[in-house]
Parts: sequence; C-alpha cells; structure tokens
Amino acid sequence: MEEQSKAACETCALYNADGLKKLGVHTDGFDFVIALAGNPNTGKSTVFNALTGLRQHTGNWPGKTVTRAEGAFEYNAQKFKLIDLPGTYSLLSTSEDEEVARNFLLFGKPTVTVIVVDASRLERNLNLVLQILEITENAILCLNLIDEARRNQIEIDTRILSKDLGIPVIATSARFKEGIPELVKTISELANQKIKCKPRKIKNIPPNIEKAVQELSASIEKEYPTISNSRWLSFRLLEGDNQIIEGLKTGEFI
Amino acid sequence: MNTKNIENIIALSKELRWQIGDDFHDNLSESIYADASKIVEGSVKKNQQKNKFRLDAKIDKIVTSKIWGFPIMIFLLAVILWVTIIGANYPSSMIASLLLDTIHPLLKSGATSIQMPWWLSGFLIDGVYLSIAWVIAVMLPPMAIFFPLFTLLEDFGYLPRVAFNMDYLFKKSGAHGKQALTMSMGFGCNAAGVIATRIIDSPRERLIAIITNNFSLCNGRWPTQILLATIFVGAVVPSSYSSLASLSAVIGIAVLGIFFMFFFSWGLSRTILKGEVSTFNLELPPYRPPVFWKTIYTSLIDRTLIVLWRAIVFAAPAGAIIWLISNIFIGDESIAALLVHSLDGFGFLLGLNGVILLAYIVAIPANEIVIPTILMLTVMVTGISGGVGAGVMFELDSVTATGVILKAGGWTLLTAINVMLFSLLHNPCSTTIYTIYEETKSVKWTIVATVLPVIAGFVVTFLVAQAWRIFF
Repeated sequence: MEEQSKAACETCALYNADGLKKLGVHTDGFDFVIALAGNPNTGKSTVFNALTGLRQHTGNWPGKTVTRAEGAFEYNAQKFKLIDLPGTYSLLSTSEDEEVARNFLLFGKPTVTVIVVDASRLERNLNLVLQILEITENAILCLNLIDEARRNQIEIDTRILSKDLGIPVIATSARFKEGIPELVKTISELANQKIKCKPRKIKNIPPNIEKAVQELSASIEKEYPTISNSRWLSFRLLEGDNQIIEGLKTGEFI
Repeated sequence: MNTKNIENIIALSKELRWQIGDDFHDNLSESIYADASKIVEGSVKKNQQKNKFRLDAKIDKIVTSKIWGFPIMIFLLAVILWVTIIGANYPSSMIASLLLDTIHPLLKSGATSIQMPWWLSGFLIDGVYLSIAWVIAVMLPPMAIFFPLFTLLEDFGYLPRVAFNMDYLFKKSGAHGKQALTMSMGFGCNAAGVIATRIIDSPRERLIAIITNNFSLCNGRWPTQILLATIFVGAVVPSSYSSLASLSAVIGIAVLGIFFMFFFSWGLSRTILKGEVSTFNLELPPYRPPVFWKTIYTSLIDRTLIVLWRAIVFAAPAGAIIWLISNIFIGDESIAALLVHSLDGFGFLLGLNGVILLAYIVAIPANEIVIPTILMLTVMVTGISGGVGAGVMFELDSVTATGVILKAGGWTLLTAINVMLFSLLHNPCSTTIYTIYEETKSVKWTIVATVLPVIAGFVVTFLVAQAWRIFF
C-alpha cells in the first residue's frame, strides 16, 4: 500500500481504523462483498459514506436510497466491496424495493451483511433483522444513531443483544464517525472467519407451520445438501414466491 | 441436480401450503414480532419517559396541523426563495463581469492574434464559450444557495411532513401520497424527481407521479421566473412593494404548478390510469438537527455541481446551434429570422411571439438557456444594438438593460406573464424526457409526459391572452 499524505484527522485512531483506506467507487478486484441492509431512514447511506469516503446524498426521509449504490474500502490490504441496499421494513411482501434487497441477499451471496438499525427503534427494526438472519449466516448488527438513543435515555446492553441474536453488535453514530473503526474491524474479522456467527432463527412459530417448514426444508436439504437457508426457502415456497420456485429449478442460490 | 426431485419439492410445498391455510403469512409475522419483543425485553432499558419524542410530537402538531400546515409550507418556500433571490444577485453579476466582460474579449483578441478564421472564432467563442459562461453566471449562484437550503430542510426531516400534509389532496386526486416527496424533489430537478418515483410501489400511481413531475418548477426555471417577475411584475406596483410583488408572482407560479399537478393527477386517474388508491404507512422520522457545514458541502458537491455540469454540457451545443442558425443565410434572411417570422402568428395567438417559441425549441436540452436565447434572438430580429452581435448569447449586466431589450422586442406585461406560464407549462428538458423513458421503458408514456404539459401551456396561454385582450 503506497503512502499517501493524510490530513491530521484522517490519521487519528478515533477517526479511522488502522489500515482503513476509502476507495470510493473503485470496486474492481475485491476480496469480499459486504451488503448494507436495514429499515428506511436508519442512516444506511451515512454508514455507507463513512466506510467508502463517498458522498452519497443522505436525507431525512424514508426511501431516500432507491438505487443500489456500490462503493469500496480497503482494510489490512484486503478489498471490500460495499453494496447499499434500498431500505425495507420487511422481506416478506412483494413490493419492488423489497425484492431488490431480498434477491441480493439471497442470490448475490454477500460475504457479510451489515444490518443497520435505529437504536431508538430497536424492537420495530428487529422484524427485518430476524428475517435477514434466516437468510444469511454472516451478519453484523450495526446499532446506528446511538447518540440519539442516548439522548432519549435508552440504554442498550450490546452484549446481551449480541448473545440473543448470535451475531456481533456494534453501536455506531455514523454521522459523527463514532464506532466506525470497530465496525470495520468486525467486518474484516467476520469475512476472514476469525469470528463465527450463530444467528438466531425465528422462534414461536405455530406447531403446524413449524412442522410444514421442517418437512419442506428437509426435502430441500436432501436435494441441495450444502444449503444453509433451507428454512427461509421453505417460508418463501409456502408463500408461493415464484422467483424462489424459479431459483430452485436453476439452483441459482447455491 | 434432479429436475424430478425439484418438481417434487414444489409439489410438496403446494400441498403443505394448502394444509396450513391462509394464515401462514400473518402467523409468521406474529412469531417474528413476538420474538422481537422478547429480545428487546432482555437488552433494552428505557429510563424515564422519552422527552425528545415529546418535543418532536409538539413540532409535528404545529407543522402538520390543519390550520398551520399549509401556511408554514408556503412560508418556508418563500423564505428559501427570498434568500435565493436576494443572495444570488451579487455573485451573479461578479461572475458575469469576469467571464463575459473580461475573459470573453481576451479570447476574442487572442483568436484574432493567431488569425483564427471569423467563423471558427464566432462558432467557438461567441457560440460555445458564451453560452457556457452565461449558464455558469446565471445558474451557479442561485443553485449554490437554493440547494443547500433545501437540503438543510430535508435533513431536518421536514419533507415527510409535507407528504403528510398533502396526503389527503393526493388521495382525493387518485394519486399516491408519496408523490409529495417526488414532487418536492422535482423542485430541484425534474429528472431527479422522476427517478425518486421508484419509492412508489404501484405502477399506476408511479406513472401519474412521473407524468406530473414536470409541473414542479425546476431549478432551471426558477431564474427565468425571478427575472421576469422582477422586470415586469415588480414594475407595475410602487417601488417599495416591488420585491414583494415579484416574490408573490414567483410563488404564485409555483403554487399554480402544484395545482396543475393535482389537476392532471386527478384527470389521469379518472381516465387512462384508472385504479384504486393504494394505502401506505408513512413514517414521520424524528427531527434531526442537520450537521450544518457537512450538509452545505455535500449538497454543493452532490447536487449543485452535478446539475451545473449537466447544464454546461447541453448549453455548449445549443450555443453553437444558435450561432449557426443566426449566421447561415437563406436569401436575405438568416435561418433564425425565417423561423422566428414563421412562428410569429402562432405566438401572437398565445400572447407570446416567434422569438419565444423558437427559444423554447432551441432550449429543449436545458431550460437554463431560454432567457439568453430569447435576448439574442430579440436583438437580432429587432436590429437594436445591445448585445455583441448576431447569434451571440449574452448576459446584460443589469436587470434594467434586459428589460429595455425585451420591451424593444415588443414585450408587454402580458408577454411576461405568459412566458412565466409557458415556462411552467411546457415539455420537460431532454434529460428528463430521457429519464422518463429509462424509468418507464415505454415510448407511449414518454410521449404523454412530454406532450401533455405543452398542450396545457398552449391552452392556458391562449386563454390568458384572449381574456387579457378583451379586458385591457
């Protein structure tokens, strides 16, 4: 990595994780693909900008990001390509923006998915988090807007939350660059399999549905033994999702 | 992979789906919510009652109230416009004197000293360079003020409140409430507004939002409105009220645009785009104090420079074309003069003139260059001296001088008002047209979105002109 002259701020440890190099739009020759998912208006684009050094416009209204933005950063000589997905409340319905997010998580197979949530509205945001954890193994919960939560006197025990969800939890305030170094470090550790996730699967499903899901995922696993999200596929098949039926035929998500 | 096994899986899923019944989706959602609340119970602690939400609720109560909601919207728009009008004046004339009075003569004398042929220096310096210089002088200052102010409001969280206020009207007109957001984006740039319609799920309502986005007065048209309102509307009242009168005229045009947007949304949803209004949840995000300087910086880089660059890219060839049609002669008259004369009759019917219509044709790529084109063509046709010569787009240093030229070209208050109306109601610029095609992938809807506003413009200006001539 060649030495570049840096402004005082950029060399400060509080500002950057050591060895972080923002690559902006130069996304070629990457080692890992990282997806950014989350509810609308949780500051995904701000996290995206903080990581890539890009200045994608951010605005305080739900649905700001309608296109899939791509950027990149380099950390410890490895290149990470970052995809900012449109914000969605759920992955269960059929609207177009949800499809973009769902299909990317399923077919794009990101190495790590960073799920950005609004710390002040954790419960509502968990709806999407739990769904994503059904799809993917490697995920990080980015507890964003933590400064706002603190101001609202909301305290979140990240260790308990991390244990409950089975994934790393990083509190950030992307607007003020707080927590970004830790986030970068965790992304890298997860991508290099230095830490392992054991994501929580949705519990409390009524017995008759649970039975149907188990039967269906067993038959999927028989056909595709390496698959990790057969449960999610079963959910979608039971929902009658045509794209999943097609995908099953072509084996696209294997 | 065994195709038969896959078929079996799909068959099994169909059978199971039938067994577990309709409630699957709801049951699954409920399980997820139950799970979420359990997790939160263990890890989140809320101290006291959240006082910030209460402040948010208080602000919301005022800005979304039935009585104050709309006046506050108009007031905020007025403040932004006021600051833009006042603030843009000085940098505008400074840039103009640098690019037009200093650099342009230098380039010209440079071209003469290297013995560049007259047609080449005319084409490049009087055509291409001057049009670019004009666009920068006129566009950059208002944009550099308007966009950051708008962005600050956006980052604060005001736009969803606008959507909330207008939701009822959109529903009434058969359109989607989120169209309020895409409409607001259109006040910056219609192409951006058209792209933003992706947040609307239903294809029917999305088409309505795309077709009517052009009724949001875009950034390329604000300066035209402001200039004409200052010269003509401001002049009919006592001078102490003139800026107030001009400001009201500009806001009036913007509000009229919103009216037409509702009118055509209503018309479309009752004729060729019939259908149910979809319901949706709009989240009112918390108010967030914008990170001031960062917002200013990003909006300058992200919006202002991008839009300016686009304007320059289109202004250059347009400048070249203007120079060419003014300098190529068929018989005794230049092509431009021929066109102007043939459009004059139709223009009169609309309370406009041939020069204005031709300017709007030449300026299809960018609304920003309408006024310079009009000035140039006026000087050429009337033969008065004011500019630098045939086919040269120029900027006049003072607003008064611009007024003198326009009046010499036969302009009256009616002409000014109808140009303001026509500036609001005409085809979208070529970038927007292209964006509409990209987003709809349909030639038919692209044509509808392009032609509909022009027809509206013809009808409105025609009616205004006839009524005016009867009463005055």
